[in-house]
Amino acid sequence: MPTLSTPTLIRGRRVVGGRAEGEALVTTQTISGWGGINERDGSIIERRHELVGQSFAGKILVFPGAKGSSGWSAFFHMTRINGVAPAAMLFTRTTTKMALGAVVTRVPAMTDFDADIFESIRTGDHVVVDAEAGEIHVTRARAN
Amino acid sequence: MQLTDTEKAMRDGSGGEAVAAAMDLLIRYGEALGAERLVETDNVAGAFNASTPSVRKIAERGMDEVFSRLNLDSDRTVEIPRLAARTCQLITGIDDQNWALQGADPQMIEMQRASEAFVGQRGVNLMATCTPYQVGNVPTFGEHCAWMESSAVVYCNGALGGRTNVEGKESTGAAALTGRIPYWGYHLTRNRYGNRHIRVDVPVRSMLDWGLLGYFTGERVEENIPVLEGALAGVDLVTLKHFGAAAASSGGVEMYHIPGHTPEARSAEDAFGPNRAEEQHVYDAAARKQMYETLQSATDRKVDFIMLGCPHNSIEQVGRIAALLDGKRLHPDVALWVHTPRAIRTVAERSGYVARIEAAGGKVMSDTCPAISRRLPPGVRVIATDSAKQAHYLPAIAKVQGWFGSLDACIEAGLTGIWTGDF
Repeated sequence: MPTLSTPTLIRGRRVVGGRAEGEALVTTQTISGWGGINERDGSIIERRHELVGQSFAGKILVFPGAKGSSGWSAFFHMTRINGVAPAAMLFTRTTTKMALGAVVTRVPAMTDFDADIFESIRTGDHVVVDAEAGEIHVTRARAN
Repeated sequence: MQLTDTEKAMRDGSGGEAVAAAMDLLIRYGEALGAERLVETDNVAGAFNASTPSVRKIAERGMDEVFSRLNLDSDRTVEIPRLAARTCQLITGIDDQNWALQGADPQMIEMQRASEAFVGQRGVNLMATCTPYQVGNVPTFGEHCAWMESSAVVYCNGALGGRTNVEGKESTGAAALTGRIPYWGYHLTRNRYGNRHIRVDVPVRSMLDWGLLGYFTGERVEENIPVLEGALAGVDLVTLKHFGAAAASSGGVEMYHIPGHTPEARSAEDAFGPNRAEEQHVYDAAARKQMYETLQSATDRKVDFIMLGCPHNSIEQVGRIAALLDGKRLHPDVALWVHTPRAIRTVAERSGYVARIEAAGGKVMSDTCPAISRRLPPGVRVIATDSAKQAHYLPAIAKVQGWFGSLDACIEAGLTGIWTGDF
């Protein structure tokens, strides 16, 4: 359960508009689309990835960005069609793979933050993403 | 994002519903990137046909639906007209002629053929290769392109001086219908200069050398732009093809310069332009050995599959394999598949290369590769390949052990069934 402490506000640039909230899933490693995720259940399958076996379905996915094949957007596109897309995407490195992938996944997405999102957000934190306003609000999960 | 009057009209429906959907996607995509405008392109390489089980349900509702949903990200099914830009199909899932050997379901090849008939009628050239630059699509210097396929993108930018980002299935669909793509990243001269330096101290000559150097380059520079200088020999289509594919696999290299060889770098000064080398890396004998070891994911020396042709082989590469196998016979427990574009396969057949490879027990495949199709001969446990890219991806995708080495080492393993390697 999140504590009732005041949420931290981080500002950033809207990539895809909209508002979402949920539990954060944080990784400092880039994610592959083709060969990196299972588009049927929204899980990470890359063997050497720190999130291998975990699902991002319905989560606020916090990560540096995309890597690997140009099939990136098509694979994240399929997670939306299959109902297992993340609830929002927060990333730090804008590439064509990442931008197109966020657009076709059609979930709120932001980048260019005024704080280090990997310092400010931990897996399990409750995050409200308001991409229209260019704001994210982070509420720390119980002290860990 | 600034749109021209023509682009605004496309958005508002002057070119019909499909063009409007395409322009809508390009606007969303361009804004996500922070692009200022779009640029005209008449050279698109993408993935348009339907060849995977995940597409089957959508394909049952017709090919307009496949294109609308998967190539335009449109919720409405729009009727797809003839494409505006010159467009080709990249590598695909099923070999049109060897689908049974691949173990593909007959329904899948029927779906692929139906989708190819549909997109072909609308102007997609069905080259069906990861190397369109080997079979007639050779971008000119400075040409704005919209290409998918990381190994083709890095060849287009680095070796040819064409200009493309790594596009995706949806952006290439939209580009094909509108002749537009966001003017961002590698389309701009200022983003094409080098920012990393690699000094090559150990001689790089053979295909094996170029693959190892590429793998090293990607691992060290990640997504930056390397400038390579030093003991480099044998720069040609085939070595750059292998180098770029390896660098795009271990890192995310989309552009590089080799002063004196690649078109945007007559000198190192040219290559760096206003930039400087933010990092220096040295490729020496120790680095070479380390890359060779990194690429091995096998422990069992008993090999049962030799995978050649990633990226798709040139005619000279197929000819060399035929010469090495001439009059010999593969070990009965080993399958050997060579992958080359359909057009080159036709020349290889006429040149007698296919017959010689087949007489030895090998197969010459087109249109696909095991990593893309996820189809290998049944029961394969240990593979050997001369491709750094395939050694990087295939063991993870197909859950097999992988050896990487020279073509000679791979052929030797094919004949004996045992991997001995190059070191």
